[in-house]
Amino acid sequence: MRKVGIIGAGLTLFRRRMLETPQELAYIAASRALDEAGLELKDIDCVVIGSAPDAFDGIHMKGEYLAKAGGERKMTSRVYVGGATGVMTAISAWYHVASGLCEKVLAIAEEKMSPARPHPQSVFKYIWDPITEKPLNPNLIWIFAMEMHRYMAKYGIKKEDIALVSVKNKRNAMNNPYAQAAANITVDDVLNSEVLVWPVNRLDVSPVSDGAAAMVLATEDIVRRYTDTPVWIEGVGWTLDNTSWPGRELAYPRYLENAARMAYKMAKIERPDKEIDVVEPYDPFDYKELHHLEGLMIAKKGEAPKLLKEGVFDIDGDIPSSPSGGLLGVGNPIAAAGLMKTISIYWQLKGTAGKMQVKKPVHTGVAQAWGDLMQAATVIVMRN
Amino acid sequence: METPLKKEELKEPITISYKPYAKYEYSAGQSISRYLEGLKEGKIIGRKCNKCGRVYVPPKMYCEDCFKPTDEWVEVKDEGIVETAVASFISWTRERLEEPGIVGTIRLFPSKENDYVFPGVFHRICCSYDEVRNMSIIGKRVKAVWRSERKGDIDDIECFKVI
Repeated sequence: MRKVGIIGAGLTLFRRRMLETPQELAYIAASRALDEAGLELKDIDCVVIGSAPDAFDGIHMKGEYLAKAGGERKMTSRVYVGGATGVMTAISAWYHVASGLCEKVLAIAEEKMSPARPHPQSVFKYIWDPITEKPLNPNLIWIFAMEMHRYMAKYGIKKEDIALVSVKNKRNAMNNPYAQAAANITVDDVLNSEVLVWPVNRLDVSPVSDGAAAMVLATEDIVRRYTDTPVWIEGVGWTLDNTSWPGRELAYPRYLENAARMAYKMAKIERPDKEIDVVEPYDPFDYKELHHLEGLMIAKKGEAPKLLKEGVFDIDGDIPSSPSGGLLGVGNPIAAAGLMKTISIYWQLKGTAGKMQVKKPVHTGVAQAWGDLMQAATVIVMRN
Repeated sequence: METPLKKEELKEPITISYKPYAKYEYSAGQSISRYLEGLKEGKIIGRKCNKCGRVYVPPKMYCEDCFKPTDEWVEVKDEGIVETAVASFISWTRERLEEPGIVGTIRLFPSKENDYVFPGVFHRICCSYDEVRNMSIIGKRVKAVWRSERKGDIDDIECFKVI
């Protein structure tokens, strides 16, 4: 396998109700990534598009539609693994280069969530089994609430302890110029916000957002030619578990442990809790960041809330978690949000994260995303 | 370059609304057809893999783990343990509900507490909001409340109730 590095990245603002069309958002992110890389579109060999269900943008075959932002007359493909798509877009771009197929790849992820009426929640109805689950009229928050309550029950975790994730991430987002939901809030604000599906309150959930993210990956010699501060992709992992979520222990994300083991083996990480300097775990819900820190084996099962309380995951802590502000603070245009997490780690390792830059020196960073029916996980390990 | 719109600005533009004409006639397949027939008879039918012993509810014609056909139809109990339960104050279109809908997952018998996978269903649970809030419902033994008129769908079970 060839060594693969990152030389540029770009984000749009993450906002609700963006005037720009999905194609325009993808174009903005892609041109910013090319600018940072110092390349032009004509230099790019292949394009990877990442986008979650077509239904969010209301356009079928969204890969081809988004390909207008750089993919025309090029080797272009789309990846889709639900919420795990954003990191999968970077992984897919990685293997285009690692395999020897391409020299320079542009990865673009976009989502425009706010056009759906009456609410993006209604689009999610079509992800359930049409016969055995959909007749109960579930919405997405139901299943996350079920998973959160199972996690709380199994390990005796309190809502207050979980709310600290939302407090931390929204506070971190104050440093992020792209963020939609940055705020200085307290645990009480979370607990007193509207109850959506007990035990989930409104501030336990990331907002509905529109946005795009893009990244440029290249071979080792090109990376060395274009930058003095290279960031390398050294491990990738992705796995699926089964979709029969009512017949599975929901308290622990086994799907993620499997993906993380694959990525760590490739990156030669033996002690994730000691060797990872900064992490962006997927946090569409606050409990999910804790769940994922455990699945990534950075915390032991049921112990992430304790480490959070001790400040381990703060921006100046031992293992800063979601220093970007995460989905809770930056926003959640689904596929773009996962690539945003990957880009945040890239900027941390490059030392260009600005006010988001964590206090301690960083060498190894991990980004992760998760999706579909509680079962798809994608993990990427980067080093400078 | 990017321009977020205010909520009131969304009232100005022309809005196009339409209902897609998209109806589906799903094939339930052999396993779910038998499952639905079972529900009509007031039974929960699963499918067992004799190699690993896993019982699939809803049934599956092949074992995902052993990657071979499952071996036999089994009737599981309409009783089990509440794994998790939640109280929804929003509808699937995100409208506010006054009375919460209570749903959860149930690990059906036969199964053991430490099984990672088990015969399980997602359904309504007949209990109070307080029992969800104080988590006392989680871990309780429940039984299906069957409707008297059944037509072969998951709604033939009204809910699961503590016994």
